[in-house]
Amino acid sequence: MAGTVALDAVQKRIIEEVADLHEVPLGAYNFRANSKLAGRNTTANIDITSKEDGSGIDIRIKPGTKNESVHIPVVISESGITETVYNDFYIGEDSNVVIVAGCGIDNCGKQDSEHDGIHRFYIGKNAVVRYVEKHYGSGDGEGKRILNPGTEVYMDENSSMTMEMEQIKGVDSTERTTKAELKAGARLVVKERLMTHGTQSALSIYRVDLNGEGASADVVSRSVARDRSYQKFDARVTGNAPCSGHTECDSIIMDEGRILAVPSLEANDIDAMLVHEAAIGKIAGDQLVKLMTLGLTETEAEEQIINGFLK
Amino acid sequence: MLELNHISFEVESDSARQIGIIHDLSLKVEAGKFVVVTGPNGGGKSTMARLIAGIEKPTSGRILLDGEDITDLSITERAKKGISFAFQQPVRFKGLTVLDLIRLSAGRNLQIGEACEYLSEVGLCARDYIDREVNASLSGGELKRIEIATVLARGTRLSVFDEPEAGIDLWSFQNLIRIFEKMRDSIRDSSIIIISHQERILDIADEIVVLSDGRISRQGTKQDILPELIGTEAAVAQCQGRRKEE
Repeated sequence: MAGTVALDAVQKRIIEEVADLHEVPLGAYNFRANSKLAGRNTTANIDITSKEDGSGIDIRIKPGTKNESVHIPVVISESGITETVYNDFYIGEDSNVVIVAGCGIDNCGKQDSEHDGIHRFYIGKNAVVRYVEKHYGSGDGEGKRILNPGTEVYMDENSSMTMEMEQIKGVDSTERTTKAELKAGARLVVKERLMTHGTQSALSIYRVDLNGEGASADVVSRSVARDRSYQKFDARVTGNAPCSGHTECDSIIMDEGRILAVPSLEANDIDAMLVHEAAIGKIAGDQLVKLMTLGLTETEAEEQIINGFLK
Repeated sequence: MLELNHISFEVESDSARQIGIIHDLSLKVEAGKFVVVTGPNGGGKSTMARLIAGIEKPTSGRILLDGEDITDLSITERAKKGISFAFQQPVRFKGLTVLDLIRLSAGRNLQIGEACEYLSEVGLCARDYIDREVNASLSGGELKRIEIATVLARGTRLSVFDEPEAGIDLWSFQNLIRIFEKMRDSIRDSSIIIISHQERILDIADEIVVLSDGRISRQGTKQDILPELIGTEAAVAQCQGRRKEE
């Protein structure tokens, strides 16, 4: 079922950035380039089909599928493209899979390019999912690179989802909304890494509802705001059952960067245990001094501290 | 090797008055020497160490390294010239691992095995620590030993340790003494300055310098100074200084 994957040099470079792929991956994949399908592969256990109205794809993973992966990178290398794509994942019971999604925009033109990817996950009982999403922008055109990802996660009993979301470079404007609903025994872990430069702005909104006994969530964001960029982190965990939830936002501000952190908790059950933490500050002076005593310049020390922090 | 020539260091107090921390201090540390600086708390020991590393700049006086005036050099430039500094209170880093820190110290991409050797040297089971983050999950004693490992990994000609025993438990302390004894034995043409209150560290010194009120009150070989120190005014003052701190 392998389709052809024909990508130019720019597109290949972006694919490398967002999906760590140097060649066509093993397993199932769906490559989308400039709003068109550029390649697709399905496996015995993982099926990918286009939605009839052309608005996106459905990914169906059979129950019991183990150690398989799905890659769905998106590349935009033309200026002036605006698209909204709906990708729905149906993940069968007892499966264990890795899903890698990523979007890269290279905009050398004058018009804005925007990709709004809406991902919905329906995760079956006892299934284990690792989801990796990277965003990347490049190109020196005046046109803005805009990404507004929306993610909805519906988790059945005792399922587990780990989401690693990273946006380190080049995206001018992003508004990310992630909603999750967890049934009994389900566990959600979110690790967000974000860095903004220039005049970029990034909004990150999480709404997690813990609806069943023993459900748990851990939403952790580490971010760096440089230059004159702005970030808002708004995470709310709601406990509607005996459950545990933790949300944490840890940020470094540099130059004239600004960050608003709004962690919030809502407990609607006497046995809900919810914790939030938020910290914002510049790089500690003694950290710089320590690395300088090892022979690093102040700039090198800053780089090392930030690289470590966002690792 | 290292020369402090008439160093003074003053800071401004709340009432905008100049307060002297170090007064006209001169000291020579020869190559191949293991020098322990001791004295009551508040006597200027840590300040002297920070002046050598370049973290503080003297109000007056000059600092020479191998005859070269390094007074105006930055922390980074001094580090590159071969000065290492172990902090009294090691710094924590979110995200940087022990391996990252040791690699940065060595200034090259050490193999994991090589990095582990430095950890073993300071009595840490390398396998358990190499991937740990240098953050609040490590105890004070663990951080302290990692701090010493970073100085070992640098292997520079002059190493300054600011109270390496502070915050270390009794078990670790035995280990620490062993580390410094080993450094003492393999010193060759490098030099070590340790700020310490510990008799067992004083006991392995080639030279002991007693600093109080920002001045050198006594200086000489271990044989000359140690008997004087134990049970003397300095020892009493040292104890009083500690009580004050508590």
